[in-house]
Amino acid sequence: MNPVIEVRDVYKAFKNVQAVDGVNFEILQGQSVALLGPNGAGKTTLMEMIEGIQKPDAGDIRVLGKKWKGNEDELHQQIGLSLQETNFLDRLTVRETLILFASFYGLGWDRVDEIVNTIDLAEKTKAYVVNLSGGQRQRLAIGIALLNRPRLLLLDEPTTGLDPNARREIWSILARLKQQSQTSLILTTHYMEEAEQLCERIIIIDHGRILKKGTLDQLLEAENDKKIIAFTLETPAAMDNVPSRFHIQWESGRAKGSVALERMETELPELMNFLSQRKLRLKHLECRRKTLDDLFTEMTGRRLDG
Amino acid sequence: MPHSQLFQLISAHFKDVIRHPAVIFWGIIFPILMSLGLGIAFTRKPDMVRQVAVIGQDAPIIRDFLLNRTEKLEGGDIGQPAYHLTLEDRKLGNTTFVFRETTWNQAMVLLKRGNLTVVMNQENGGIAYHFDPLNPDAQFTYYKLAAIFNGQPAPSITNAIRPLAVSGTRYIDFLVPGLMSMGIMMSCMWGMSYGMIDKRSKKLLRRMVATPMKKSYFLMALMIVRMLMNAIEGFLLFVFAWLVFDITIQGSLPGLAAVFLSGNIAFGGIAIFVSSRTDSTEIGNGLVNAVVMPMMVLSGIFFSYHNFPDWSIPVIQKLPLTLLADGLRSVFIEGAGLSAVLGQSLIMAGIGVGGFLAGLKLFKWH
Repeated sequence: MNPVIEVRDVYKAFKNVQAVDGVNFEILQGQSVALLGPNGAGKTTLMEMIEGIQKPDAGDIRVLGKKWKGNEDELHQQIGLSLQETNFLDRLTVRETLILFASFYGLGWDRVDEIVNTIDLAEKTKAYVVNLSGGQRQRLAIGIALLNRPRLLLLDEPTTGLDPNARREIWSILARLKQQSQTSLILTTHYMEEAEQLCERIIIIDHGRILKKGTLDQLLEAENDKKIIAFTLETPAAMDNVPSRFHIQWESGRAKGSVALERMETELPELMNFLSQRKLRLKHLECRRKTLDDLFTEMTGRRLDG
Repeated sequence: MPHSQLFQLISAHFKDVIRHPAVIFWGIIFPILMSLGLGIAFTRKPDMVRQVAVIGQDAPIIRDFLLNRTEKLEGGDIGQPAYHLTLEDRKLGNTTFVFRETTWNQAMVLLKRGNLTVVMNQENGGIAYHFDPLNPDAQFTYYKLAAIFNGQPAPSITNAIRPLAVSGTRYIDFLVPGLMSMGIMMSCMWGMSYGMIDKRSKKLLRRMVATPMKKSYFLMALMIVRMLMNAIEGFLLFVFAWLVFDITIQGSLPGLAAVFLSGNIAFGGIAIFVSSRTDSTEIGNGLVNAVVMPMMVLSGIFFSYHNFPDWSIPVIQKLPLTLLADGLRSVFIEGAGLSAVLGQSLIMAGIGVGGFLAGLKLFKWH
């Protein structure tokens, strides 16, 4: 199967920031992939190079087997995208905006009506774009991206800044789309949950480099026997002289910490001993399975949404 | 047709423009108010009031004049005694002189503030007039005053005056085509440039070119919508000027259409060129001003550019705004037909096409 996206040794720098620092990956037809990383990780730069908006300093990007240069018209016909932030014409209605973009692809009003239903905006077709909520506007942006039934859908932070309800609505639109079509999806996000919900493959990025990639299971499998103990102390305290076998991720300001344990039966009592010797009083303790957030924190010492 | 890109782009831009309520005011009502204000200011001659400072009112000639020829003004506004004298003149309008008794220093302050232009005193047994000889207004006051003091009242010579009221020769006839030209320039330069820069900074352009949209269509649609708006605005301004000031179009309609169309193309092209790179509306303001201001001053919108030095006239005549204003004037008031304005129309269209193509080449969509 031919890859829909091939990224080979791509570098991109702005003034004194190396935004993308030697990235390699490929995405196959029908796959959904998340580029997961915190703000400033280089996700958007990478995405914009895939979208043909920016040019790499070095390296090679092929979309649907083609380079951007000289193939813009053909590629634009086959991909759909939504940018991190787009404003449409404020005083055009939802329907008028869709009709305008449909005309660029030579599509008629019947496709516009289908899309209006796909993005659940049937009741808002006559509303001016300026009067839409953030979630509705983002749904419109996704609707525009879907107009031409793209082979490849590129969404840059589709739910950033939205409230949880609006986020879930967008997830369900995209989940339906995945069931009904063979469209390949690549999205950027710093929400671990979004990556887990929508994408079978995840690429974790930080400082312009790929830290890890694979399916959710592959990413977490290597450490699958480890369990995460997350705890909160009653009062903030320094966490020093910790026995070396415990790699505690400690947020002193919030008095919160987490640690991955391999053998709970022996290691947990040791941890409790350590806390009680230090006269640290627990307010809260839980045991949970490892998440992408934990994985990211282990690799970088920072949190995804931090 | 309804599904075609160009049609949809025009329709979208048009809705985007007319759905802003302020457009109606600034695009249509404001130019009409401006022509009304300027038209009234320059067409009706109200009584002229000339203030003159008088120094040394105890000098015999001045004392005699103030006591015998003028009436004392009651309730003078700044404390000093004042006198007035009105010369009646039906054709040129009445002139009222207000003579204020002041000291030299007071007179200089009033002069600097623009309250008056002439200062009188008695020197060597006669009246001396102090004024800036380069100020036509002061000169005019001096001539009238001198006539009074020499005992030759001006009215006797006005018998020879025949006021020109033939359509096309009045100031308002000169002004209205000028205002229309200025309107076209302003609307293209501000409306289009600002709109493009705004859409660029909001990343709308970036989103639109990520589709198979034809870039030239996008810019052409902007120009066509602006032309449409200018046609509506120009038509309403004309109807208003026709109703209120009895303005008529003495030349041919095809000639008018050619000038109007090419003027819009010229300024549309310039606007696209000017706004082809920047994504900051502040820089855009500066760029637009750099284009608009010199032409506002030089192109003879309010007053004929023939008062500029001779060597500059051929340059001024080639400015786009001059071409447009001269073209509209020759159709409106000189009765020109299509052939008479074809040359300048082609030059304007050429400027516009050049600006459009250069702008399209340079245009920054991201």
